[in-house]
Amino acid sequence: MTNSANSAGRATRESNTRPLNRFEITKRMVAKLTQGEAVIGGIGNTNFDLWCSGQRPENFYMLGSMGLAIPIALGVALAQPSRKVIALEGDGSLLMQLGCLSTVAIRAPRNLIIIVMDNGIYQITGAQQTATAASVDLVAVARACGLAASHWAADEADFDALFDAAQERAAPSLIALRIDDQAAVGQTEREPARIRDQFMRGIGAKGNRPVTQSPSNKI
Amino acid sequence: MDTAVNAEARVRTWHGVLHKVLVANDIRLVTYVPDNVLKPLLADIHGDPFFDAFCVTREEEGLGIISGAWMGGKRGVLLMQTSGFATLPNVLASLCTAFQIPALMIVSERGTLGEFNYGQALVLKTMRPVLDSLALEHHTCTRLDELEFIADRTIKQAVATQAPAALILSPLLTGGKVLKP
Repeated sequence: MTNSANSAGRATRESNTRPLNRFEITKRMVAKLTQGEAVIGGIGNTNFDLWCSGQRPENFYMLGSMGLAIPIALGVALAQPSRKVIALEGDGSLLMQLGCLSTVAIRAPRNLIIIVMDNGIYQITGAQQTATAASVDLVAVARACGLAASHWAADEADFDALFDAAQERAAPSLIALRIDDQAAVGQTEREPARIRDQFMRGIGAKGNRPVTQSPSNKI
Repeated sequence: MDTAVNAEARVRTWHGVLHKVLVANDIRLVTYVPDNVLKPLLADIHGDPFFDAFCVTREEEGLGIISGAWMGGKRGVLLMQTSGFATLPNVLASLCTAFQIPALMIVSERGTLGEFNYGQALVLKTMRPVLDSLALEHHTCTRLDELEFIADRTIKQAVATQAPAALILSPLLTGGKVLKP
């Protein structure tokens, strides 16, 4: 374990000697959401654990379209610049759509946070290895794309510090975590039309619910 | 200067008509993968501060972005050429159609009426069957005098029925792309 106050932003994938757990980190993150932040869960275990962390109306659960959690989150972020938007994505999914990191870097939305859960395997299809298990460092890729605020979280406290900083930052942030190979603790209900309708109402794009306004010093 | 005379002249071009229809339907977010035929439309759009327009790295990515924007309350469109459309069936099925998101696509049609690239000619054969197999509304625009009606009505139907839709721009309308000797 490293000292979080000193290590925030300085960890590497390897310095995370004790892999974190996706569900525990997801719950930890959700507990910090007090401003109506939108959360886009990528396919598979990533959105299963988001679902199991409590079905906030501001959550969107992708049921296909592997690799598009970050582009969808970017779209929401552009549509609602006063709301923070969080993309939860896995390593295999991000490897499928690496180009989106360059688009995010160029657009530089002030309200987008990307969380990458990296277990080095395509867990849901039978634990085949991804390229991150061999050579690819997704934080290095993100930085090379121009996302300067891209960091590995060394442990839970480090994640807390990085996430708090990301919520305050007026620029896109990426936080990657090396996680264990535990499957998600449950599964989403697979009703896309209902998921989309609830999400749109949850973020005020439909119905009468007002858009949550973040304090101006947050964005 | 965008004088009234210039605006009038622009509306007499296919790209001017599409520009006008996008504005009239409040479609502000424009994602695209570049295409030579679409160049004048992209130039029109980039020249108008009404739009938030940018290039994406893949067509799937653009569809994801405009889908997210729709859910957030902002209307968008994805511009591409035929071969780019061919990369989209999974996203059209599992995201736009399944979640009932009216993703609007404008496709510059390659592969017909003088195509010089055999790959483009073949990939075009997949486009309408894919659209039809997902029961997606699509119209091929061939005439300037019909363009405004077709484009405007297609957008309005997509939004009202919460279904993706495609406008295919035929070389009959745009001139297409030909091999220069």
